[in-house]
Amino acid sequence: MSTNAATTRLPIAAALKDATLAALVAFGLFALMVGLYTDQGPTGALVVSTRLEQLTIVVGLVFAGAFARALIFGREPVGFGRLQPAWLTGRAANVFRIVSPLFGSALLAFALLWPVVFYDNRYLLDLGILVLTYVMLGWGLNIVVGLAGLLDLGYVAFYAVGAYSYALLAQNFGLSFWICLPLAGILAAFWGVLLGFPVLRLRGDYLAIVTLAFGEIIRLVLLNWQDLTGGPNGISSIPRPSFFGLPFNDDEGGFAHTFGIEFSPIHRIVFLFYLILALALITNWVTLRMRRLPVGRAWEAMREDEIACRSLGINTTNTKLTAFAMGAMFGGFAGAFFATRQGFISPESFVFGESALILAIVVLGGMGSQLGVAVAALVMLGGFEVFREFEQYRMLVFGGAMVAIMIWRPRGLVGTREPSLYLKPEGK
Amino acid sequence: MTPLLSIRGVKSFYGNIMALKGVDLEVNDGEIVTLIGANGAGKSTLMMTIFGNPRAREGSITFEGRDITDVPSHEIAKLHIAQAPEGRRIFARMTVLENLQMGATVSDPANFEADLKRVCTFFPLLEKRLHQRGGTLSGGEQQMLAIGRALMSRPRLLLLDEPSLGLAPLIAKHIFRTIRELNERERLTVFLVEQNAFHALKLAHRGYVIVNGEITLSGSGKELLNRPEVRAAYLEGGRH
Repeated sequence: MSTNAATTRLPIAAALKDATLAALVAFGLFALMVGLYTDQGPTGALVVSTRLEQLTIVVGLVFAGAFARALIFGREPVGFGRLQPAWLTGRAANVFRIVSPLFGSALLAFALLWPVVFYDNRYLLDLGILVLTYVMLGWGLNIVVGLAGLLDLGYVAFYAVGAYSYALLAQNFGLSFWICLPLAGILAAFWGVLLGFPVLRLRGDYLAIVTLAFGEIIRLVLLNWQDLTGGPNGISSIPRPSFFGLPFNDDEGGFAHTFGIEFSPIHRIVFLFYLILALALITNWVTLRMRRLPVGRAWEAMREDEIACRSLGINTTNTKLTAFAMGAMFGGFAGAFFATRQGFISPESFVFGESALILAIVVLGGMGSQLGVAVAALVMLGGFEVFREFEQYRMLVFGGAMVAIMIWRPRGLVGTREPSLYLKPEGK
Repeated sequence: MTPLLSIRGVKSFYGNIMALKGVDLEVNDGEIVTLIGANGAGKSTLMMTIFGNPRAREGSITFEGRDITDVPSHEIAKLHIAQAPEGRRIFARMTVLENLQMGATVSDPANFEADLKRVCTFFPLLEKRLHQRGGTLSGGEQQMLAIGRALMSRPRLLLLDEPSLGLAPLIAKHIFRTIRELNERERLTVFLVEQNAFHALKLAHRGYVIVNGEITLSGSGKELLNRPEVRAAYLEGGRH
């Protein structure tokens, strides 16, 4: 910038004028929203009362904020970049890439040891399972959004398909978890292709709207098809998973007795923990493998430029459909796991908020970065738990964190993309 | 001898607007053929129509005796027609090497290393940048990458859409020289669409002039260079 920062600042009088204007706008906005509220009166009828105090606070905050902004930044755009901590910028950020292989291994070791360390802590084990479920969902969605560049706002639909597939197959046909798991994945992939066909020609915003609608359609069908899905009551007493045929109970043929150890309900939780960890790692492994295969490379190329892809001989129809199918399949696996862990599912678990959360994990993590997604899932869900007492302010903090990340690391926590191909050294 | 590529009476539309009004054009094996014309004359449209997007509504396009008018774009690439499209369209977040790898989609993976070497001999600048992201290259390098990527498929016919667009004259010259080398050394057939009429006609064996979606003139490159109407419309003042 050629102009001195000091010259762009406004004199106090002008700043006061700006701040007053902002306060007036705020008053106009909040006078009705905050200033008035309805309450039940003594006769049961609604009465309107005022909240002048709160209104004053809100308008006062806006006034103070606008005043400070005018003094510090003048009328120029707010240059948050100037307030940016040094360790977040430029080359320092690359350190993250250098340590990331180590960091990834450390994170994996941490996950593997989690149930060993916190064996007695049911709460932490459950939290671990929850985080890992979202890591897996994030990795699944990452295929569609991060690699193939297809914005999907209805990912939770596949999660739901997987969950209901497992629940219905297990209850109606008595199939075991291990048979239902692949079936749930296949069914979800099938729905992925079904969604893929009508949206083949869409991109960006238009695609996002259709996928959003698709997620809602699935939820509404689950809610209203009472005969099959139980509607809003959901499906309860879904069979629990067994340890390759050995149920986790106190009976003769149970897991504990077979291995000659004392029965404890924790066994099942630990098993579930390692199960979702394994499923998540499979998702990760498959994604990393796919990136090196022609179809995975085609996903990434399609994200970059669809027209160029076609002129290079890539069938973009198939490429899109495989991306949707693969992403959906892992969503389906996660759904089946969710159903068997909870033992109860209902359409309430598959609302748009879930899709948004998973998408946020992918975007915050850095689209296409496996490690970033894992870290983002850990930070977000861990954060939700740690600040459980401040649940009222969750969305506020969530929004603030989003804004901060978009300003400081617009490509996500791990924004750098690892190339999938290196040249072998000469002569080897 | 039947031409490698022949375009007969092709009409193309964008919505209801006729962009090509019955174009006839031929490219023979081993030739450099150029199509020159002003902005919006239909040059790029013809290029895209050969690739089936938009599809020709009338007329026919044959390649090696096969009618490709209704073949999908990605199948056309499999016939070893390669394209360095308008605006280069390289994969910005992927490395140069990965871009080249994508170019080899339709060719045998066993050829990859040989083709990579071949591309690097024509564009030594790319070799130094193999692990750099495509988006970080300069305009000239990006154009080289776009052509290199097209070459990776061992094309029988190379379509180039304004390779000199937005490049410094020296770099444009370099690109044209490389096209000539490719043609002379490998007998690569090139169909070149250009606004830079002077260089294109000097380079090409034959040329066509397109005005408002119709071919108005054709002839050898030299002939066209000396035609007064070509000089007046495309060369005077535009020489560089």
